[in-house]
Amino acid sequence: MSWFENLLPGRIRTEGGSRKTIPQGLWTKCPGCAAVLYRAELERNHDVCPKCDHHNRIDARRRLDLFLDPEPREELGADLQSGDPLRFRDSKKYKDRLTAAQKTTGENDALVVLRGKLKAQAIVAAAFEFKFMGGSMGSVVGERFVLGVQAAIKQRCPLVCFAASGGARMQESLFSLMQMAKTSAALNQLAQQGLPFISVLTDPTMGGVSASLAMLGDLNIAEPNALIGFAGPRVIEQTVRETLPAGFQRSEFLLEKGAIDQIIDRRQLRDQLAITLSILCHRAPPA
Amino acid sequence: MNLDFLEFEQPIAEMLAKIEELRMMGNDSQVDIQDEIARLEAKSKALTASIFSRLTPWQTTQLARHPLRPYTLDYIEQIVDDFQELHGDRSFADDPSIVAGIGRLAGKPLMLIGHQKGRNTQQKIRRNFGMPRPEGYRKALRLLQMAERFRLPVVTFIDTPGAYPGVGAEERGQSEAIARNLFVMAGLRTPIVAVVIGEGGSGGALAIGVADRVLMLQYGTYSVISPEGCASILWKDAAKADLAAEAMAITASDLKQQGLIDEIIPEPTGGAHRDYATMANNLKAAMVDALEPLVTELPDLLMENRQKRLLAYGAFSA
Repeated sequence: MSWFENLLPGRIRTEGGSRKTIPQGLWTKCPGCAAVLYRAELERNHDVCPKCDHHNRIDARRRLDLFLDPEPREELGADLQSGDPLRFRDSKKYKDRLTAAQKTTGENDALVVLRGKLKAQAIVAAAFEFKFMGGSMGSVVGERFVLGVQAAIKQRCPLVCFAASGGARMQESLFSLMQMAKTSAALNQLAQQGLPFISVLTDPTMGGVSASLAMLGDLNIAEPNALIGFAGPRVIEQTVRETLPAGFQRSEFLLEKGAIDQIIDRRQLRDQLAITLSILCHRAPPA
Repeated sequence: MNLDFLEFEQPIAEMLAKIEELRMMGNDSQVDIQDEIARLEAKSKALTASIFSRLTPWQTTQLARHPLRPYTLDYIEQIVDDFQELHGDRSFADDPSIVAGIGRLAGKPLMLIGHQKGRNTQQKIRRNFGMPRPEGYRKALRLLQMAERFRLPVVTFIDTPGAYPGVGAEERGQSEAIARNLFVMAGLRTPIVAVVIGEGGSGGALAIGVADRVLMLQYGTYSVISPEGCASILWKDAAKADLAAEAMAITASDLKQQGLIDEIIPEPTGGAHRDYATMANNLKAAMVDALEPLVTELPDLLMENRQKRLLAYGAFSA
């Protein structure tokens, strides 16, 4: 204890000393503005910083939970298990990477698809789990997406997909590349049926996912300041050998360049998409 | 070292140089060395066959990128009659890394679209090393839709390291351009045959590769990411590209085995670049064969079958 602390009144000293007893994770620092935020309050705010509106990345389940009505919900393709057609191994086996990702996320692959309701109207909603191998698209992701499209066609309802992905899943090699063709073909069928597809681009949406289903929305909508593009910024920097301008490949940049329809704050997404879909589907405004 | 030959081809280069030397000698000496030349030629052929019978996936990758390998326009010249190249996406520019146009294949009209690489430095830069920008894909899109309108079957030639990763390409929507082509090709009511003639580099290749039949030249490659790219991400070392090439199973024979392509088009001994004419003949025959059953199909049925095929891609269990 330094001479200075001796001079302090007791109350201040105790506060300093008890800091170690605060449970981990109760407070969190905003990556946007460095403000220290109360975790529970941040969650109530849809994981958007109340100070600077920074949109934190969120899990697929939580994403869908915030978006859909609480009831009814039915998961599609939950039992699908990834194959390992090439018995791929780099420094680790693909099988082991899958198991590790399943353990950390509680998901068995990188896309969750639910049939449910949005303000009492039928909808199919899909969300990428970025924590599962970078939200990469392999065969299970592709198949679940197709199941989602088929359910939307069967129920004649819209499809919404929240993208968050680094791209194709290298460990499945050409099988993963073909998921781009597969998901795009499914969306072609949805479009032929006159049913809307809304693609919500969240941080980050890159590579093969961006170059297929994510850019094929009747409406492409982004959350604020999400990184969205085909090639990653580092790859581009290495190619053109110059520093990229600030805001490059961010939502606001894409809006300016005409690539997306709207940027919508996460806290307004549910309300706004319900209105948009009610117009596209010729229904009365949502209650 | 002969730069027209890859490292593993050097023994062949040496042998050919020796034959050439003998020929020169034969010209100004009285000795008849024709027998010796014939003997060496046979030996060189056997050597080539032996080297090419046990290529590693990485060596195949190098062959697919061989500086002498025939490119789209080389094949068009030999295969397509009355070819008319058509330019431009009608909104921004003409992208020379994709060539497209109409012509005749064995007397029948068709639309041909392919990646184009450059041969010398100047051409390489003009063709952007075969890496298209969005306007290239949008030119392809425009002509795909035109092909549907005029009931022209489409053949595409795939030969690209990938879509160009540049600032302008991103600004003009590289992702959307690729995605749109996948979407439209999946629903096109005219036959599409895609042929991987060299490098099938990821989304940039697939963007003109959605088809009723996918063919591949014997020493072509087709992969979700370049072996170097895969190695630098998964092995943290681009020099491990040979391992990545092996792990990703990117050769024609591997992909055929997995049911991801329909047919392998054989290359002449020593690869397509050693005999353009034979290669062009093989390619032409394969194109004619692939198109034949497709052109008589009803357009709606054709498209439905294509979609069924696309939706069946995947390796998973329930």
